Amino acid sequence: MSPDATPATPAIEATGLTVRFRRRGEPEICAVNGVGFALARGQVMTILGESGSGKSVSLKAVMGLLPPFAKVEGQVRIGGRDVLSLPPAELAKLRGGQVSMIFQEPMAAMDPVYTIGDQIAETIVQHEGTDRATAMARAKRLLDRVAIPSAARRLKNYPHEMSGGMRQRAMIALALACSPSVLLADEPTTALDVTVQIQILMLLRELQSELGMAVVFVTHDVGVAAEISDRIAVMYAGRFVEAGTVREVMRTPQHPYTRGLLASTVHGGMRRQELRTIPGNPPSLAALPAGCHFRPRCPEAVSRCMEEPPVVSPRPGAMVRCVHAERAARAADAVPA
Amino acid sequence: MLVFTGRRLLQAVPILLGVSLVIFGLVHIAPGNPIDMLMPPEASPEVIAQMKAAYGFDRPLHMQYLLWLGRALTGDFGVSVFNSAPVLGQLLTALGNTLVLALLAALLGFSLGIALGLVAALNHGRWPDKVLSAVATTGVSLPHYWFAIVLVLTFAVFRDWLPAQGMGDDSLPLWQRLDHVVLPVVTLSLIPMGVIGRLVRATVLEILGQEFVGALTAKGLTRGPVLRHIIKNAAPPVLALMGLQFGYLLGGSILIETVFNWPGTGNLLNLAIFRRDIPVLQATILVLASFFVLLNLLVDIAQAAIDPRIRR
Repeated sequence: MSPDATPATPAIEATGLTVRFRRRGEPEICAVNGVGFALARGQVMTILGESGSGKSVSLKAVMGLLPPFAKVEGQVRIGGRDVLSLPPAELAKLRGGQVSMIFQEPMAAMDPVYTIGDQIAETIVQHEGTDRATAMARAKRLLDRVAIPSAARRLKNYPHEMSGGMRQRAMIALALACSPSVLLADEPTTALDVTVQIQILMLLRELQSELGMAVVFVTHDVGVAAEISDRIAVMYAGRFVEAGTVREVMRTPQHPYTRGLLASTVHGGMRRQELRTIPGNPPSLAALPAGCHFRPRCPEAVSRCMEEPPVVSPRPGAMVRCVHAERAARAADAVPA
Repeated sequence: MLVFTGRRLLQAVPILLGVSLVIFGLVHIAPGNPIDMLMPPEASPEVIAQMKAAYGFDRPLHMQYLLWLGRALTGDFGVSVFNSAPVLGQLLTALGNTLVLALLAALLGFSLGIALGLVAALNHGRWPDKVLSAVATTGVSLPHYWFAIVLVLTFAVFRDWLPAQGMGDDSLPLWQRLDHVVLPVVTLSLIPMGVIGRLVRATVLEILGQEFVGALTAKGLTRGPVLRHIIKNAAPPVLALMGLQFGYLLGGSILIETVFNWPGTGNLLNLAIFRRDIPVLQATILVLASFFVLLNLLVDIAQAAIDPRIRR
């Protein structure tokens, strides 16, 4: 099921990741359904999808951050170790050490009553047992590294005393404090101004190649996805519907949903053109349509879409979950090379 | 932070002046001429005039106020109308007695309340939460004078374990008569425990729902350090309520001090009201109100020290 064919041991590998929310008095919800991917160090994969498609939940499941009523199944291996079955103490060592996370809203994700310096140093002390002074010195170097001006002074700032872009830089510095091999980024640019967005993306890409991290980047912004990633996985209603390299997915999208998503982006050259959208709304996770979950909104739906859609691999390392892709693949097979 | 502290200190001055004005005005708002309250009805006009001059009532009102305030600031609250003893001495004794109860009740009530609220919030929706929330609600809703009587009946009447009332033989140092303190302190701690417990639970639950708690876990902090963050975030509102509750405790509870016959400020106020002892009443209210203002000032400064967003 893994759409990746990287020969080296993956830095992070998920197989059949499934998350169910089960609360008393409410129907069970399957927010993530059998998601699988593998990523080597130095690779960036973007999970692209609308809100509610399960992208953030997938990341939280990898970090073990979901509330107790969420049931997580499948396997997540980071550095060869199965994260989901780790005892709490081991999991705590892994989080912030080998695998870090950055969040959409740095203001909400930072403790408002601790200084930036304290919050970074605390992580270093927790993971490496250094004394506070050493940790603070390292925190200063980290702020320098993410290009925060007058880092020494900024260490003493509280989150509310910084601008949004500055806070996100500080958040990145915090995430990189212990040189993780895997970085999970949950829409880190969504809450920022467009100009700041670009800066943050460039910074992330620069740091990623410098540290050789594997990055899982979650966004609903096609432009951002194209900018930063090597690979793209398109998520719809808890499932990957298409995955592959950025070029393949952007240039020759196979799944009708991917095509719709790409067609609904807006850019400068579209003045006076009618804007396109995907008709309808994403389905409620409590009442998913049978067969292909995209069927009710799909312009190419046929009667076979009522059945479970097949998973097709048009190229090595790519996947599409659609009947039409299967037909195309068969047609391609039939033609002698 | 220093600027904030200085500004808050300065802001306390007009508040205290306002309080003193109201208290001074009490004498004149109260029905009847203050002199009539002091003098027997058959007193001759000359004696009344003499009395007026002695108390300064012949001067204009603002002069009277300034004189009274000036004397009060030096600790001279005059003499009691009832027994002609200096007010200050009576007030200090009563305040000391109430302080013993207030400090111990605050210590017990606040620590129980904080523990209760934390455990309830961290076990949200499970049985410890339900049990502890019920305990907190009971603490707030039980009439505490009734609870005091039940305690006396249980531990002093049916079982001769603890003294029913009073402060014991005051020739002994306080720590040898601590048994007298137990029942009033337990009674008085009931409301602070309930109120603080409920607030701690609600505050911690709200903080637990914020994203940064997940982010703290995501950066590898274990339960202990995460709890430290939660407590620091929950502290400001809880401190504010603790300041108020401690202020109430300092005022002494008229009901509880009556049930336990405890000669504290509540008792003193009660007697002063019945005896129409205006000087005692004024002095007691002035001192208690000042404590209340200062206490809240301290809370403000503590809050600002914890949460930088409050320093503005």
